Amino acid sequence: MGNSLNAWSEALAGFYFFGLPLGLVIIAAIPLVFIALYSLTYGVYGERKISAFMQDRLGPMEVGKWGILQTIADILKLLQKEDIVPASADKFLFVIGPGVLFVGSFLAFAVLPFSSAFIGANLNVGLFFAIGIVAIEVVGILAAGWGSNNKWSLYGAVRSVAQIVSYEIPAAIALLCGAMMAGTLDMQQITILQSGSWGFAHFFLFQSPIAWLPFLIYFIASLAEVNRAPFDIPEAESELVAGYFTEYTGMKFAVIFLAEYGSMFMVSAIITIVFLGGWNSPLPNLGSVALNDWTNGPVWGAFWIISKGFFFIFVQMWLRWTLPRLRVDQLMYLCWKVLTPFAFVSFVLTAIWEVYVP
Amino acid sequence: MQELDIAGLGSVRVTRKNDNVVVIEKDLATEQMVLAMGPQHPSTHGVLKLECLTDGEVVTEAEPYLGYLHRCFEKCCENVDYPAIVPYTDRMDYLSGMNSELAYALTVEKLLDIEIPRRVEFIRVIVAELNRIASHLVAIGTYGIDLGAFTPFLFCFRDREIILGLLEWASGARMLYNYIWIGGLAYDVPSDFLKRVREFVAYFRPKAVELSNLLTENEIFVKRTRGIGIMPADVAINYGWSGPMLRGSGVKWDLRRNDPYSVYPELDFNVPVPDGKVSDVGDCLSRHLVRAWEMDESLKIIEQCIDKMPTAEGFNPRSAIPKRIRPKAGEVYARAENPRGELGFYILSDGKSTKPLRCKARSSCFVNLSAMKDLSKGQLIPDLVAIIGSIDIVLGEVDR
Repeated sequence: MGNSLNAWSEALAGFYFFGLPLGLVIIAAIPLVFIALYSLTYGVYGERKISAFMQDRLGPMEVGKWGILQTIADILKLLQKEDIVPASADKFLFVIGPGVLFVGSFLAFAVLPFSSAFIGANLNVGLFFAIGIVAIEVVGILAAGWGSNNKWSLYGAVRSVAQIVSYEIPAAIALLCGAMMAGTLDMQQITILQSGSWGFAHFFLFQSPIAWLPFLIYFIASLAEVNRAPFDIPEAESELVAGYFTEYTGMKFAVIFLAEYGSMFMVSAIITIVFLGGWNSPLPNLGSVALNDWTNGPVWGAFWIISKGFFFIFVQMWLRWTLPRLRVDQLMYLCWKVLTPFAFVSFVLTAIWEVYVP
Repeated sequence: MQELDIAGLGSVRVTRKNDNVVVIEKDLATEQMVLAMGPQHPSTHGVLKLECLTDGEVVTEAEPYLGYLHRCFEKCCENVDYPAIVPYTDRMDYLSGMNSELAYALTVEKLLDIEIPRRVEFIRVIVAELNRIASHLVAIGTYGIDLGAFTPFLFCFRDREIILGLLEWASGARMLYNYIWIGGLAYDVPSDFLKRVREFVAYFRPKAVELSNLLTENEIFVKRTRGIGIMPADVAINYGWSGPMLRGSGVKWDLRRNDPYSVYPELDFNVPVPDGKVSDVGDCLSRHLVRAWEMDESLKIIEQCIDKMPTAEGFNPRSAIPKRIRPKAGEVYARAENPRGELGFYILSDGKSTKPLRCKARSSCFVNLSAMKDLSKGQLIPDLVAIIGSIDIVLGEVDR
């Protein structure tokens, strides 16, 4: 078994397509796809259970023990659904919309270091790539919204594009503060710089007295970037029915859903990597009780980054089930008049701290 | 300089500067989009259709279209006996059936001029006020959903479930009770009913505070509702508004006080109106707050009723019910304070038949909704949703 798997992966590694090492790309992509799928499966399950807990309900209880297989049942259900393309829709845009959306959120997974031993593509501009590639999602949303030829979808798409493009600015500036503290855009390098025997004390969040400000700004902006409450106006179900994916059914709808939960995990992982040490253990070494040394390593790393990511997903859900939704103009006000100025302030203060305080 | 109007796109100014460069300025009058909001839309609270003319996110005009739920209530009434109309009144405002029944029973009793046992009056007030709380819970919960907060809705429904359980215990049905009959009640309340109601009152007081902390005092909620959809008191009166809508505009008008019926004159309760401190008088937040405050007042009323109520000894809830209802010729109009405003019944009797010659219902929701066109002018789409939610319509009563 082990041998044949090896032979299979070696054969794949040797697969070249027009001189491109396509096989290598596939090998790196397979675990990432699985991470995205698991973040969807357990993201949706967690969302249901957390919302149920907050609302005095039980949530899914029927499919499997504590309803743990509910999401899989839902995916199977979605697979069976008829795949409807509305007669008056722009077929090309309608079909590629969900795909582009998914690619946009999934490409950023390539540069996320899931452990010291595993990163899809170790780019030296990884953080820059992660910020930039998310913008592709906008194209997918616009294609889906315009292609549906539905007025509510169009409203959703226009709102979404305005929101994502605006919130990229405070988000990017906040991440730049982290990059400034690290002195590199390499995601793996940023994480390594936050390791040390004192555990959490080496994380950038605790390394400078200003770091909480970009941390907070990025967290709020990331909520808006992935269309989560209280900034979920593009898919505001009480206003726009379902926003840009009103007309989608079956697997296309599932792909949009996958992209949504994928980007939720993606922004959570980015905030973890830049401010909370990525795959580093938060536990400190206490004399002979070397907790930090015991809980660091490639496998522990994957555990830490995924648990930290899920913690932020939990916070996102917590906010979603607590807060009402902002209005479009209030959302823009928050972005341009509150978050962006504060992002600049934190940028300057971080620069001063990094230059003048050793 | 030339001014042209090309294909209705607004004026296009063509100017030549001194170096002969043509400058074209367009005064773009963009096309307005007709947006059909409803009849299947999550936040029109039923089958209401709003045809909106939109300019981007701004609604320049919204016209409500009604009648999707029209069930010929008034025509049905002309074909059945007086007692058989009671179940129909349940189906008008299905969220507060007890209150509709009470209004109808009061009307026919006024026409017949009969005396009601005192215990019946108290039970009627208790179930009506319980139903008022249930109805306001739905109004507040769905208003939260309209503004994107889902959790308060389920909190409201959890508490409403207890009320529905109590009312089911008394009447046998959860929403469409047929409990308040002309001249009496279908049944006396079960023996432990009043104890359970008291338990509910004690349980609900802290829950109401929790609800207010979660929703009403939420910064985003206040931002979304304060100063939105302001209705001045005089315009509200001209539109014929009533109930929490009118009180939200600052008019202290409650039929339980101003035109008292049943045992309300003996009871001590306030008529809450906004004072303009936590909300702007007449806005969506005021209307929401009035409903929240009214729940507290209803709890007070229920407690007093339980204290003042005569015992069940030798009590027959059907003792005053006439064997055969055939009122003498004449007409009558009576009204009661429903959770949504003034519900009035006008009944015309010819003196020969056991069926009314004409039965007209004055529905509060219908009248309140008539101001929609005025309120929605120039609002954003999210604000339009907030305004519809604050009017708190039940389409069953709008269309009848």
